[in-house]
Order: sequence, then structure tokens, then C-alpha cells
Amino acid sequence: MTLARIEARFAACAAENRAALVTFITAGDPDLATSEMILAGLPAAGADVIELGMPFSDPMAEGVPIQRASERALKAGMTLKKTLAMVERFRRVDSTTPIILMGYYNPIFAMGVDRFLEAALIAGVDGLIVVDVPPEADDELCLPAMKAGIAFVRLATPTTDAKRLPSVLKNASGFVYYVSITGVTGAATPDFDAVGAAVQRIKGSTRLPIAVGFGVKTAEHARAVARAADGVVVGSVLVEIVRASLVDGKATEKTAQLVHDQVRELASGVHSARTIAAE
Amino acid sequence: MTIQGVNSFRAGPDERGHFGQFGGRFVAETLMPLVLDLEAAYLAAKADPAFKAELKHLETHYTGRPSPLYFAERLTERLGGAKIYFKRDELNHTGSHKINNCLGQILLARRMGKTRIIAETGAGQHGVAVATVCARFGLPCVVYMGATDVERQKPNVFRMKLLGAEVIPVTSGNGTLKDAMNEALRDWVTNVSDTYYIIGTAAGPHPYPMLVRDFQSVIGHETKEQMLAAEGRLPDALVACIGGGSNSIGLFHPFLDDRDVKIYGVEAGGHGLDVPDGHCASLSGGKPGVLHGNRTYLLQDEDGQILEGHSISAGLDYPGIGPEHAWLKESGRVDYVAITDAEALEGFKLLTSTEGIIPALEPAHAVAFVTKLAPKMRADELLVMNLCGRGDKDVFTVAARLGVSM
Repeated sequence: MTLARIEARFAACAAENRAALVTFITAGDPDLATSEMILAGLPAAGADVIELGMPFSDPMAEGVPIQRASERALKAGMTLKKTLAMVERFRRVDSTTPIILMGYYNPIFAMGVDRFLEAALIAGVDGLIVVDVPPEADDELCLPAMKAGIAFVRLATPTTDAKRLPSVLKNASGFVYYVSITGVTGAATPDFDAVGAAVQRIKGSTRLPIAVGFGVKTAEHARAVARAADGVVVGSVLVEIVRASLVDGKATEKTAQLVHDQVRELASGVHSARTIAAE
Repeated sequence: MTIQGVNSFRAGPDERGHFGQFGGRFVAETLMPLVLDLEAAYLAAKADPAFKAELKHLETHYTGRPSPLYFAERLTERLGGAKIYFKRDELNHTGSHKINNCLGQILLARRMGKTRIIAETGAGQHGVAVATVCARFGLPCVVYMGATDVERQKPNVFRMKLLGAEVIPVTSGNGTLKDAMNEALRDWVTNVSDTYYIIGTAAGPHPYPMLVRDFQSVIGHETKEQMLAAEGRLPDALVACIGGGSNSIGLFHPFLDDRDVKIYGVEAGGHGLDVPDGHCASLSGGKPGVLHGNRTYLLQDEDGQILEGHSISAGLDYPGIGPEHAWLKESGRVDYVAITDAEALEGFKLLTSTEGIIPALEPAHAVAFVTKLAPKMRADELLVMNLCGRGDKDVFTVAARLGVSM
């Protein structure tokens, strides 16, 4: 499966003439059991692809919401090993929803790249987004992942100019993640017209699907992005719902349900984007 | 020393920013074009005599370089061994070696047409130096400082504000230097077009470790000349304290290929290397990993999560270390040792009472190691220690440790 699972899902969404909804949650936030409940219910709520954040102590590209989610998960005892085990349990009941692990290099490096890739493959991980490993360091993780059959999803940003784009796309696989703003996750709201133009520009250089994230907060934003892109990534809003649901720092019965409700709403935005645009 | 198969210790980094397996450019895609631009701008500046001349002029007339090489006669007598010299970088304008790097980088920022400066700081020495050069060149300055450090380094916070900088307390993590660095990187990724990030130590993504080292190497070059003038030969041993490693690499680098010169880097041993998360000795107590743009030795747990560490000195309170030091450790060229909080405090008191110099707590670690090393050396041997900062900023911390209320 792996790479094939990602391709199949984007193809299926394209066949329905809609963008894929890519939802990000942090593994182990606010605790492992609640996080597993959230993860388990995402596909039914409308998530087409799942990005699962690997908590890290120093998430340099994240805004406050995902920083705090990472802190909550680590405080509750989350580790990379437990994240992989979480994916493995998810795979027993869902064999079609792609899972992309997203995070930073050091926990992977600490486990050992080969050991990590082997465990990820067994667990049923389909792709990786590792923020601090640029194309210049492809031999570190990207090439070994490709060899193992795990997609290495590249980030393209507003600073990725025409000169640089080919090196970013060279070993990209699965899909391309277009970062809609210069900034951290969950901060500014992008200029959706500029995002559309950027997606078209990248599409001129690759056949991979383009998903857009950073700053997508509402169903309306999701709808705007979904008109131009093949995928819409939403993350900070979901971990903020986790945070807002906590009582004395603990999850409640409603935590998972509140996240799923929001995903349903975002999915409706994504699903209606092109039908409304066509009217 | 296990130095084999290396032609020169001064050849690094390679074109991808590596010192052996260490260094590199582990940054988010948004920042990648920026660090590539910075590298090109730096290499152009380095080859430009006008850039060198402007920096030299400022070093002479603004910083007060060269800093003296001072023979510490009373301390030498007291310890009874090697002849001890101090490189007096605490006499620089702003009170530490940090100004050497800040002047170089602000000239670079101006060449690149950048109009806004950001920086991280721990103890506040780098923040003060950045705020100083920003005032000197009329550029707006934002300094990120861990909320814990803002609280324990109030005099420096006030200095930065007087100099016109905006000091932003960082509350994520434990609110110390590494968190401030994360926040500065987040600012940079947000303000890519107009902002220059002045990193304070010889760490971070390539080309920072190289360019900070080059700007700090004025320390070692002067030391070489001054020692030849004073003694007619090179020293037998060099000693400097290490947090991120900028003052030490500045002293060491010009001497790396003088293989008869023994070199010692002194890390912060905090409560002791055997106390979990109780020290900041990345080389002696950490293992290789990737953080803040480079691969280097890091204090981390089994899962690769970065630890906070502890040191009495806020300037050494960083869980990583410059990548060139990581390589110098592995190649065996430099010996890295650790000094505890308690030993550093003794060093602080000893230097103050024997030489009338109040050192910062950072070089007080180096002083403490000198008290161990010098007596084992012969009286005709020469030792140079970099006295990289003055201790005014630390008198409150020291008073509290000595149980004195001020």
C-alpha cells in the first residue's frame, strides 16, 4: 500500500470532482486514549487523508496552537514509538485512509532512520512530512523513505521561486504541500487568489496533487482553497478545539465528538466548493 | 591525542556546511532560500576589502580592539604552574565578546538591504550587543528572550530597552534560550523579505556557524600576535568556556593546526554530569541529533526530545553546541571538560580576589578549569584563557548563591 494508498485516495476525490480534506491532529493530544478516539472517527467525519503530528519539544515551524498540542502530548507521555503503535491499531480497522506522519527530524534520527522506516512500514504509515529536512539533505531521510516505499511529501512555500521549485519537486512523492503563507501554522489567513495562482504555477511543473495548508481556519476558507487545490489541510483549528474542550487540562467525553463535528463542517465546505463555484 | 588522517583542522565546513557529520542546513523550506542568500552574501562580503576595512575600523574605534593579552601574575603565583594569560575580551564595548559577531553581522545585513533585525538571547549579553549595533546603525531591533531569563536578567533587559530594542518574553517550553531561538526562527519565517536574524553563537544552519566563527576569530588572531610579541612563541594551552561555543571557537580556530597547542573547551557541568537534566554539557553528556538547523551534540532523552539542562550561568544554558565543536571533539583535536556550578563560583571568587577582575559566570567556568590545569603544567609553559565577559550582570545571581541580600 503506502504510496499507492495516497494516490488512490487523491484519484478517488478527483473522480468526484472535489478536493481532498486533509486533517491534522497531534498524536497523543491531550492523552493517548482520547487521541485514538479522535483519530478513529476522522474518516467517518469526512477526513480523506490524515496527517498525524509526531510531538516534538521544539516545533519551530508551528504557531501557538500546535506548539501547545505538542506540549500536551509530551506531558501525557507520548513518544514516537507510541505514535507508530497508534497508527498500527488504526490500520486494523481502516485500510484505505492514508496516514502521513508530520513532524521534525530529531525524534526520527534518535530512533535511527532505518529502524524508524521499518517500523513505520509495518504500522501502515503511507507518507512523511518532516519540516526540517530540506531537499539539500535528501540523502538523510527522503531517499531512504522512497526506497522503503513511503512517500516523502515536500513543502513548497511562497519563497520557493521558479529557480528552486525543480529541486523541491525532484524527489517529492505522494502530494505536494503548498504552505500558503510565509509564517507558522495557524497564524495569518492567506490571500486565496494568490494561493490559487501559486497552485497553478506548481501544477505546471508536477503531476502530483497539490494540497494547501497553513491558515485554513473555517469551512469558508476550506471552500475557497478547495476550488483551486487538490487538497485542503486543516490542523490548528482542530487542536484548538481539543484545547478548548479540556476541563482542568483533562479531556472530556465530548472532546473527540467536538473535533469530529468541526471536521464534518470543514468537509461540507470542501465538498461544496466546486458545485457552488460552478453555479 | 588521536589526530590521524586530517590534513587541516581549519578547512571546514564543506560547501554544504558540514564539519564531518555535523552542521548542515536543517531548516524549513521557507527559510532555505534565505540561508542560501545569506551564504552568497557572506562569501561576497568576505572577498570584499571594503567590508573588511569597515569592520576593522569599527573593531578599533567602537569595540576597542585589540583587547589586551594580560599576564595574570598573582593568579599564576597562587596556582604555581603555567604562566597564565587572559585574553581580555570582557573589556570590549558592551562587556563581552558578543560585539565582535554583531558588528560583522549587522554590516552584512546592511549589505543585503535588510531593514529589520531580530535576535535571540539567553543571559542578555548577545541581546545587548545586538541592540547596541542596531542603535548604532539606526535599525529596528526585536530580541526574543525566554520569560524565565527575562526574570533573572533584569539589568540586561533594561539595557536592551534603553538601546531601543523591543524585548519579547517567550513563554513556550521552559522559557529559556532554546525557546527564544525557536521563537526567533518563527519570526524569521514570517518576515522573510525585510528581516535579518543575528544568531548569537556559532550554531544554527550553515552559514551561521562559519560566519560567526570567522567574526569571532579576531580573538585568536590577536592572541597569536600578542603572545608572539610577549613571549616569542605560541602558548602551550588554550582554555575557553562553551555554551553554544562562539568565544571558544574564536580563540581556538586560528590555533587548530598548531598541533603542539593543547586546547580545552569547558562546558557547564551544572549540578554534576551524573544528575539527570542537571547540566548543560552537550558534548560530555549529550549525543548527536538535529536541532535549530544543524546536526550536533544535544541534550536529549531517548525519544529525541530536547532537554532543558541547567547551569548557574544563563549564557551557557543551551542544550546544543556549535557543530564545529562537535567535530573537534570527535576528531580529538580539542579536549572538552565540564565544570560544576559550585566550582565556577569558586573560580569567580578567586579571580575577583587575586586579580581584581570580576568575571562573568561563563568564563568563571574556564577560570575554575585553569585552577585544575595550571598546577599540572611546568612554570615555563604558557596558558591563555579567554576572559570573554565581565561579571556585572551576574552579581545578583552570585549574591543570591552566597546568601547575601542586596
